Amino acid sequence: MSTIVTRPHRSDDLSDAERDFVQLVTPDGQRRPHPVFDPFLADVTPALIADLYEDLLVVRRIDAEATALQRQGELGLWPPVLGQEAAQVGSAHALRSDDFAFTSYRESAVAYCRGVKVADLLRIWRGTSHGAWDPYEVKIAVPAIVIGVQTLHATGYALGCQKKGSDTVAITYFGDGATSQGDVNEAMVFAASFRAPVVFFCQNNQWAISEPVGLQSHTRLSDRAPGFGIPSLRIDGNDVLAVLAATRMALDRARGGGGPTFIEAVTYRMGPHTTSDDPTRYRDKAELETWARRDPIDRIAAHLDSLGELTDALRARVTATCDAVAADLRAACLALDPPHPLTMFDNVYAHPHSGIDRQRSQFAAYLAMFEQPGTSPEAGA
Amino acid sequence: MPTLTLAKAITAGLRRSLDSDDRVLLLGEDIGALGGVFRVTDGLQRDFGADRVMDMPLAESGIIGTAIGLAMAGYRPVCEIQFDGFIYPAFDQIVSQLAKMHYRTGGTVRMPITIRVPYGGGIGAVEHHSESPEAYFAHTAGLRVVTCSNPQDAHTMIQQSIACDDPVMFFEPKRRYWTKGEVADVADPPGLGRARIVLPGIDVTVVTYGPLVATALEAAAAASADGVSIEVIDLRSLSPIDFDTVTDSVRRTGRLVITHEAQQSGGLGAEIAAVVTERCFDALRAAPVRVTGFDIPYPAASVEEHFLPDLDRLLDGVDRVLDRANSLSGWTA
Ligand SMILES: Cc1ncc(C[n+]2csc(CCOP(=O)(O)OP(=O)(O)O)c2C)c(N)n1
Ligand SMILES: [Mg+2]
Repeated sequence: MSTIVTRPHRSDDLSDAERDFVQLVTPDGQRRPHPVFDPFLADVTPALIADLYEDLLVVRRIDAEATALQRQGELGLWPPVLGQEAAQVGSAHALRSDDFAFTSYRESAVAYCRGVKVADLLRIWRGTSHGAWDPYEVKIAVPAIVIGVQTLHATGYALGCQKKGSDTVAITYFGDGATSQGDVNEAMVFAASFRAPVVFFCQNNQWAISEPVGLQSHTRLSDRAPGFGIPSLRIDGNDVLAVLAATRMALDRARGGGGPTFIEAVTYRMGPHTTSDDPTRYRDKAELETWARRDPIDRIAAHLDSLGELTDALRARVTATCDAVAADLRAACLALDPPHPLTMFDNVYAHPHSGIDRQRSQFAAYLAMFEQPGTSPEAGA
Repeated sequence: MPTLTLAKAITAGLRRSLDSDDRVLLLGEDIGALGGVFRVTDGLQRDFGADRVMDMPLAESGIIGTAIGLAMAGYRPVCEIQFDGFIYPAFDQIVSQLAKMHYRTGGTVRMPITIRVPYGGGIGAVEHHSESPEAYFAHTAGLRVVTCSNPQDAHTMIQQSIACDDPVMFFEPKRRYWTKGEVADVADPPGLGRARIVLPGIDVTVVTYGPLVATALEAAAAASADGVSIEVIDLRSLSPIDFDTVTDSVRRTGRLVITHEAQQSGGLGAEIAAVVTERCFDALRAAPVRVTGFDIPYPAASVEEHFLPDLDRLLDGVDRVLDRANSLSGWTA
């Protein structure tokens, strides 16, 4: 079954294999021309590819540093991005600054590309806050941990943009496992009903903790969306240019009033589900090795090399950026201190609430028993 | 008598039930090859097969809804919800369907379904992994709600829950999963709905359940050094509540402190204080006191120690019922 199902984007020049899997750069770095997607890469110069390459390496470094911080006891948990960098960086680069992203917990690379500060990437994992950042400032909602919920939020936000007459688009990121949740299916129903300007960006990393994608679906995930009346694309999620082009196509369609698009970015979770997980209990080494040969960063490096652009100067620049970001991340992490206990009563409601106010002052009185006279922040409460 | 962790005591109980009754099925996310994120189902799929220990697609409403159908087809599903905070997608199936099926069908259709839920905080987790949602379910007619505090109870109560023809919400105190204790096959264990006095005392009754039983015992030890004798009751069952055991105790001590991790408003503590006040008002020498989580969302891990009732907060509550100096001395109601 074809996975590019919307007629305007359907090209008879495409072979079945191509329709089923959009790949613009082969694993050995060769750029393959593509009549449908090339127009979406018209502005992609070697300099822009070099920027993508830099971001891919930076987010991989952030991931490695955060994993190390978890191992050192500085973070409670970390969900690695390893292997999924191209899917996240390519799609995030396609967004306009006013577009709004609604992600799950694994999209630290999307957040980084949206301009989220490195300290903010870590707050929820260090346990100093539930709210990672100001969503309105960076146009990315705080990460959703309950699987699938954010897809409906994106749909509603997109409806709001449509009602206001703005051409802002919402994009939602979720996993292969999430496609089983009722919320995700309802989001597709709602988005289709109202032609909401929303992009469903599914990273099929083959696993939902220990469950292989085959348990969630006996068809390709991209084949589900057409049943809801939503056109879909199945793309090589480890090909950053294919991801960029496909996401741009979907964003354009949404912006132009064409409604939602579903993108299945086929990729692989190279790491454990989180730092708490032990994937040796459920997956084969051979599978990991197969996917290691499809590494998204090796691929774009090979492509740059074939263009003669993988220069020493570029390598030096990227290394310097990675080192600087990693140092920032570590310093920012160590500087994140636990908040004062009484702040846990803040922001439960927008307006004063007598029940909370009473508990807060009673707890302040309790804490005061353990303090030296005069040091209580709530002295006199 | 083997010594087992609380988690492994549940594993052993599940194994018993799978062994003794072919109709028992285990359903959940990551319960097969992984053995569950807490390894409670470790080895069970290997030993009983993927037909009986089934990894389910990632959808809690789906898990409970299909369990209802499986129960109607004669099976006894035991569903694992991965963490407390992920039970809500299944809320409709539990509250509107599972809980009411027997009533709605005039007793014709039984729902022998057990829903296992690791619950509570204290493990430094991210959001949605530390909640105590038991009151929602205790508030729902048609559900039995139980929780264990030690390996022996975990082992017997999981088997009793699976054998029960009513739906049972089985709350597992996740921060006590690694607590060790002796586990025996008790010939005549207390019924599923019975509370237990885990420490006799004469001055104050402390009623609790699940993860805070251990905390209450620590507090009792500290209080006894101070000359105060605390009786600790482990409720074990939150629906029904064994009020006879509680009121007998309060009639002797005259003082009641209830403690749970869950938020205070509309919680189990409110129900217990109300019933005790109704039934033994004359015996009370002080107003019942609740020491609970605050009425806020479970906070970020770095401040959770302040949210969770601990030994000091519990003893402060004990001081209140004893009319000794406490954090609210001089506080006007
Ligand atoms: C409603 C809900 N149920 C269960 C979980 C526990 N859980 C966390 S991640 C996960 C697997 C998610 O898999 P997928 O959607 O493929 O995303 P990935 O982790 O692969 O990025 C599960 C079951 C959860 N967070 N929310
Ligand atoms: Mg996945």
